[in-house]
Amino acid sequence: MSSEDLQETDTEARFEFKKEEKSAFKSEKGLTEETIRVISEDKDEPEWMLERRLRALDLFQEMPMPTDWPGQPDLSEIEIDEIVPYIRPDIETRGGVDDWEDLPEEIQDTFDKLGIPEAEKNALSGVGAQYESEIVYQNMKEQWEDKGVIFMDMDRAVQEHPDLVREHFMTSCVPPSDNKFAALHGAIWSGGSFVYVPENTTVEMPVQAYFRMNSEGMGQFEHTLIIAEDNSEVHYIEGCSAPKYSAFNLHSGGVEVFVGENAHVQYSTVQNWSRNTYNLNTKRAIVESDGTMEWVSGSMGSKATMLYPSTILKGPGATDNHITIAFAGEGQNIDTGAKVYHNAPNTQSTIESKSVAKDGGRTNYRGLVHIADGAENSSTAVECDALMFDNDSTSDTMPYMEIQESNVNVAHEATVGKIGDEDVFYLQSRGLDDDDAKQMIVNGFIEPITEELPIEYAVELNRLVELEMEGSLG
Amino acid sequence: MATLKIENLQAKVAEDGGETILRGVDLEVASNDIHALMGPNGSGKSTLAKVIAGHPAYEVTGGSVTLELEGDEFDEEMPDDLREWDLLDLEPNERAALGIFLGFQYPAEIEGITMVNFLRTALNAKLEEREELFEEGEEEEEDDEDAGYETSPMEGPADEGEVGVAEFQEILQEKMEVLDMDEKFASRYLNAGFSGGEKKQNEVLQAAILEPEIAVLDEIDSGLDIDRLQDVSNGINALRDEQGTGILQITHYQRILDYVEPDYVHVMLDGKIAKSGGAELAEQLEDDGYDWVREEVYETA
Ligand SMILES: Nc1ncnc2c1ncn2[C@@H]1O[C@H](COP(=O)(O)OP(=O)(O)O)[C@@H](O)[C@H]1O
Ligand SMILES: [Mg+2]
Repeated sequence: MSSEDLQETDTEARFEFKKEEKSAFKSEKGLTEETIRVISEDKDEPEWMLERRLRALDLFQEMPMPTDWPGQPDLSEIEIDEIVPYIRPDIETRGGVDDWEDLPEEIQDTFDKLGIPEAEKNALSGVGAQYESEIVYQNMKEQWEDKGVIFMDMDRAVQEHPDLVREHFMTSCVPPSDNKFAALHGAIWSGGSFVYVPENTTVEMPVQAYFRMNSEGMGQFEHTLIIAEDNSEVHYIEGCSAPKYSAFNLHSGGVEVFVGENAHVQYSTVQNWSRNTYNLNTKRAIVESDGTMEWVSGSMGSKATMLYPSTILKGPGATDNHITIAFAGEGQNIDTGAKVYHNAPNTQSTIESKSVAKDGGRTNYRGLVHIADGAENSSTAVECDALMFDNDSTSDTMPYMEIQESNVNVAHEATVGKIGDEDVFYLQSRGLDDDDAKQMIVNGFIEPITEELPIEYAVELNRLVELEMEGSLG
Repeated sequence: MATLKIENLQAKVAEDGGETILRGVDLEVASNDIHALMGPNGSGKSTLAKVIAGHPAYEVTGGSVTLELEGDEFDEEMPDDLREWDLLDLEPNERAALGIFLGFQYPAEIEGITMVNFLRTALNAKLEEREELFEEGEEEEEDDEDAGYETSPMEGPADEGEVGVAEFQEILQEKMEVLDMDEKFASRYLNAGFSGGEKKQNEVLQAAILEPEIAVLDEIDSGLDIDRLQDVSNGINALRDEQGTGILQITHYQRILDYVEPDYVHVMLDGKIAKSGGAELAEQLEDDGYDWVREEVYETA
C-alpha cells in the first residue's frame, strides 16, 4: 500500500487492514510442554524462566475455566489447541530496531497507519511496538536513558536485567495461580515491555507500547513489567488492535506494576480489538506508602473482554484511581471492572466506570473493594454509570464490597439509564441529525474519561467511539 | 424573510389511544413580527411549539405546517420548489436548518459537552444541512471526513467545519455580550447545573447564534429575575431588530411583554387559538384572566 493510499483510508480501515503473514518462526498450534520448550529455546532463555513457564503450564492444565460468574462472557468457543501461541516476525534484530525505516515495509506500514511514529515525535518519551509475538521496534529518547530509565522489550530484559526480572516477574504481583488465563500467560508469554524508573526521576512525557496482532487464529501474550522506584513518576500507555478474521484470536496479556514510596504511575490503555478477539487480561499493581497508581482503560472492540485491573494498597497513605470505559455492540460482552485491596491505614481509592451498550450488546461492571481489618481512616468512592441505547442491550453492575474495618469512609453510586429521547430531540432541534446527536451525548457521557487522557489519545478514543457508533446508527 | 403558516393543525400524543391535544390551530408568523401566545396551563401551547419543531412524542393527525421562504438572502432568484417547505415531512434537524428555532420551556442538560463545542457543532451542522437541502438533486460528492490525515491519524483530519474555532470564538463573544453573559459560560457543560434563569438566557444565546427565520420561545420568561428578564428581552429584541427573526413568544405574563412588545397576541384554549388581538389583549388577560375569553368562545359556539 502506498502512502497515498494510507492518506485516503478512513478510521475503520486503519484498524481493519490485514498484512500477508510473513514470519521467521511460527509455533505449532496448541499448548504442550514441547511447544513451551521450543519457544523458550527460540528465545534463548535462562533455565529459571523455562522452569517458570512449565510450572505455569501445569497450573493452567489443572485450573478450570471460569464459567459460573453471573453474566460473564461465554468462553466455550476458546480452544487453546486451535491457537497459534507464538509467531516471531521476520526481522533481524531481536528486541526491536530503533529506526522505523529498518523494519520490513509491511510492518512499517502497519504502524505508520496506526499513527505511532508520528505520535512518538510529538508527544512521547519512548515507544515499543509489538507485531505478533515480538517487539519489533523499541526506542526511547536519550535524555531518559541518561537518567537511568529503562524501557525495553521484555524478552531482552530477561537477558539483560535478570535480577530485577527474576525478583518481580509473576512472583508477588500476578502469580500464575491467580487465574486460568494468568497461568496460560505465564506459560507462553512473549514480548511486552519492561520499564524501570530509578528513584527521584520523573519521566515527563508518556512512554507507549503498541500491540498489533496480524495473523489469523493467533494468540498474543505480551507481558508488561513496570518498576517505579521511590519518588519517581511515569505514564505508560498501551494501545492494541487487530484486524478481523473468521477464526477467533486470543489476547491474554499480563501487567505487573510496582509503585515505590511516594511514586506515581499512570497506566492508560486504549484497546480496539477486532470482534473475533477474546481479550482476557490480568493487570495488577502493588503500591507502597504514599504512592499513587492510576488505571485508565478504554475497552473497545473484542468479542468478549474480561479485564479487572487491580491494585494492592500495601503502604499507608497509598492511593489508587481507576477510570474505565467500555463499549459493547451487537454480539459483544464486555465485562470489566476494578479491584482494590486496602491493606494499610490512610489508603484511598476512587473507581469511576462508564459503559455504553447498544444493539443487544452487554456491558458488566464487576468490581471489588476490600478494606482489611486495621486499614483505618481509609476511604473509597465507587461510581459506575451505564448508558443503554435500546431495550435489547444489557448493563449490569456488580460492585462487591468487603469492609472489615469500621473506621472507614465508603461511598458508592451506580446509575443505569437509557439514552434520553428529550436530550436527543433537544440537540436535533439545534441542527444535529439523529446520529450526531447521539454521538454527542455519548461523547459527553465519557468525557470524564477522555479528559484524563493526553489529548492525542482523547481524540483517538473519541474516534473509536464514533466507529463503534457508526455500526449501530449508520 | 420567511413566513411560518400553521393551518388547522391537529395533533395527538403518539401512542395508541393517545390524547388529542391540538384541535385545529391556525396561526401565521412572519419575519420581523412578534407574536405572543398566551393561555391557561394545559391548553396545548408547549405541544404546538414541539410539533412545529418535530418532536417525535406527537403525531400530527391533520392540517399543515409550512415555511415559506422569500429567498432574499440568496443572490439568485429562488426556484419555486425551494420556496415552500412542508415542515411535517422533515426531520427536526432539517427544520432547524431551514430556520426554525425552538426555545424550550425545560431545556435538556447535557453533561460533558461544553457550550462552545456544542454551539459551533450545531452552527456547522445547520449550515451543512442547509446546503444539502438547497442543493438536493445536484448530488455533489464531498469527500469531507475521509479526506485523509494531514499529519498523524492520531490527531485526525483538521475537519473544522465551515465556521472554524477562532472565527466562532468571536461570534460567540459578541452574542454573549448582548445578553450580558459571563464568558465562563462558554466552557461550561450544556445547561448542566445552570440555574433556571441561566438556561433561559442560554436558549436566547443559541437563537442568536443560529440566526433562525422564526423563533418559537416557550416560557422564556419564567424563573427570571428582573435583571435577567431585561437581558433576555434585549436578546429577543436583537433577534428581531438585527436579523429580522419572526418571534412566537409563549408566556403567561404581561411582564416580559413590557420589554418585548408584541405586534399580535393570541389566546389558546383547549388546543385552538380562541382569540387574537393586539398588545392591549395581553393587558386585558393580565387583569381579567381567561374566563371571559372562554365564555365568549363558547357563547358563540
Ligand atoms: N407527551 C405527552 N404525553 C401525554 N400527555 C401530554 C404530553 N404532552 C402534553 N400532554 C398533555 O397535553 C396537554 C397540553 O400540554 P402542554 O402543551 O404542555 O400545555 P401548556 O404548554 O399550554 O401548558 C396537557 O394536558 C398535558 O398533560
Ligand atoms: Mg407549556
